[in-house]
Amino acid sequence: MRQIAVYGKGGIGKSTTTQNTVAGLAEAGYKCMIVGCDPKADSTRLILNRKAQTTVMDLARERGTVEDLEIDEVLLTGYKGIRCAESGGPEPGVGCAGRGVITAINFLEENGGYGPDTDFVFYDVLGDVVCGGFAMPMREGKAKEIYIVTSGEMMAMYAANNITRGILKYAQSGGVRLGGLICNSRKTDKEYELISELAKRLNTQMIHFVPRDNQVQRAELRRMTVIEYSPEHPQADEYRALARKIAENRNLVIPTPVSMDELEALLMDFGILDNEEAAA
Amino acid sequence: MSTAIKDTQKMIEEILDAYPEKAKKDRAKHLAANDPSGQCSTCQVKSNIKSRPGVMTVRGCAYAGAKGVVWGPVKDQITISHGPIGCGQYSWWARRNYYNGQTGIDTFGTMQITTDFQEKDIVYGGDKGLDAALHELKELFPLAKGMGILSECPVGLIGDDIESVAKKVQKEFKMPIVPVRCEGFRGVSQSLGHHIANDTIRDHVLGKGRLEKTTPYDVALIGDYNIGGDAWASRKMLEEMGLRVIAQWTGDASVNEMGIAHKSKLNLIHCYRSMNYICRHMEEQYGTPWTEFNFFCPTKIYESLRKIASYFDDTIKENAEKMIEKYRPVMDEVIAQFRPKLEGKKVMLYVGGLRPRHTIGAYEDLGMEVIASGYEFGHSDDYKRTYPVMKEGAVIMDDATLYELEEFTRRLKPDMVGSGIKEKYSYHKLGVPFRQMHSWDYSGPYHGFDGFPVFARDMDMTVNSPTWKLIRKRGVPQKPGDAIGR
Repeated sequence: MRQIAVYGKGGIGKSTTTQNTVAGLAEAGYKCMIVGCDPKADSTRLILNRKAQTTVMDLARERGTVEDLEIDEVLLTGYKGIRCAESGGPEPGVGCAGRGVITAINFLEENGGYGPDTDFVFYDVLGDVVCGGFAMPMREGKAKEIYIVTSGEMMAMYAANNITRGILKYAQSGGVRLGGLICNSRKTDKEYELISELAKRLNTQMIHFVPRDNQVQRAELRRMTVIEYSPEHPQADEYRALARKIAENRNLVIPTPVSMDELEALLMDFGILDNEEAAA
Repeated sequence: MSTAIKDTQKMIEEILDAYPEKAKKDRAKHLAANDPSGQCSTCQVKSNIKSRPGVMTVRGCAYAGAKGVVWGPVKDQITISHGPIGCGQYSWWARRNYYNGQTGIDTFGTMQITTDFQEKDIVYGGDKGLDAALHELKELFPLAKGMGILSECPVGLIGDDIESVAKKVQKEFKMPIVPVRCEGFRGVSQSLGHHIANDTIRDHVLGKGRLEKTTPYDVALIGDYNIGGDAWASRKMLEEMGLRVIAQWTGDASVNEMGIAHKSKLNLIHCYRSMNYICRHMEEQYGTPWTEFNFFCPTKIYESLRKIASYFDDTIKENAEKMIEKYRPVMDEVIAQFRPKLEGKKVMLYVGGLRPRHTIGAYEDLGMEVIASGYEFGHSDDYKRTYPVMKEGAVIMDDATLYELEEFTRRLKPDMVGSGIKEKYSYHKLGVPFRQMHSWDYSGPYHGFDGFPVFARDMDMTVNSPTWKLIRKRGVPQKPGDAIGR
């Protein structure tokens, strides 16, 4: 069983990318599971074809404690047998979402939620590694592989770099490794080159460049992955390619985070300022 | 430098030698030989800084200071331990702050009230539960005059907005709902908790109480927590002097009393450490003067009565003298009874608040000598008040460790040790006479004319009890078949 965590800046497309990729893996015959680690609980919607499922924490809150739950109540099965769980958590601005993630993951583990025949467990984690709770999936004995979703936008790259710092911490104490950057294209200038270079600086690879396509949006509106909604569409092949690359990926590294200055210099080097001048 | 100081310094160095280099350097700053004159530069201890991990400090936390010491004794307020169960449960009624009233009806001092956080409260926040608890409490205890929300650690971590809950409910209930941000991880000891609690008195209750009329003889008794009835013994004396005690903070205090102390003509502060902040505030804001006093023994009582009287007119001054005249024979009798049994006995103290210095006179009146004294959470102003009242070469210790206490005991061979519950049983094992000087070992009062006879009796009972001789001493193996202690 390979446990994989997906991180990246908020709104970059982690959940969409994860679900489409997992759909690709499931289609190829792998037994997969997704654990949503986000209070919004939108990490499994495209697999289950419905709005947010019953989450571990919401049910624990209703019942009193997490010990009162049965695993079947929070573990649902969707497209191609993909099993789905959501940690759940508070509305913005109150409580401790991080603790919710810790509690939920412990519950799933202790109650055999992962099952013996599972090939892949994907943790879809909210935004940045803001506190210990959101680093839970990469702690010892959990995800050994991390993928970071990013784009050519400055802040997405900044977040990606920041996340590698969290990985570095746990790489030294545990065994977690960075598997690569997934570029979810925003059609910024020289995006492919820029992210390839950033990956190199971080001692990793750009495992796949996912082009921007409105088909993703169309499928999402119907609560489906592209692979389920339009299996023949070229965008479905992109996700299949990413799924295959992840399944075959052996390039797992300890990342080398760069400084803010280095990151800014990188943007300079790729002539973003030149282009600006040309545009003006 | 005198030989007494040098000898003590040498002993301290020997004790410190057992520590690793860093710990030694750090702990050296907290142990000193006393120099009453203040000339010796190396005789001042460092205080109010973070304890060294691993040394077994007996300090408490900010919650302990705010809930256990300052707010807890206010009798008609419901004091809520907001967070998981342990903090409230294990500090339940630990301080013996006596009060008058019907518990559960109009007073709530001995009750343990908590929001009992569960995992879901951490994840989803405890504000709603707190709001619900306040409403339930209002319904259960309609005679409560106020409620205090005492934060435990997790509340600070998850950022619950207890202030807004308090503000909302306060409007509804039309009584003070006091949010106290005394999360245990704040500060280095319970001392910060006292300060935080003082600030909440200032912000939420002071100036809001009702006092029908004032008199020229109004005083407030501040920083007396009525351990074993201490504040009652003190109040009785002040009243006999002709003064009117309008507020007792916070032993046997009511919420209303918490709101009127600034109207007194003089604030009498007993525990300086835990309540000097609010006294200074009342002085600055309302011009209420304050003074420290000591009611622990005849000598100090006479001094203090005269000092307090000096703030008032001749009637009070005459009353003070009359009282001294009246009680001197009674006190002399107590001394005559117990002094012969205690003369020359050596005492080691390690306590909190004001006792490391305030009780010295009481031992001296009984012919005993305090050879070592220290504070758990004192600041430099406490030590400045301590150096002059102790002998040259006496041991001064700050935030002492169990090892240090044991070593001082072994080397100085005190006839009695006065300290807290955490030290108590290790001294029992050492077979050294011990008195719990935080809560008077289930006895008291020790304040005033009523208290001194109890104090004298208790010290005699402790030092001269034959029980200690029955305890097998360290390093002396028991022979098979021997009865314990033979």
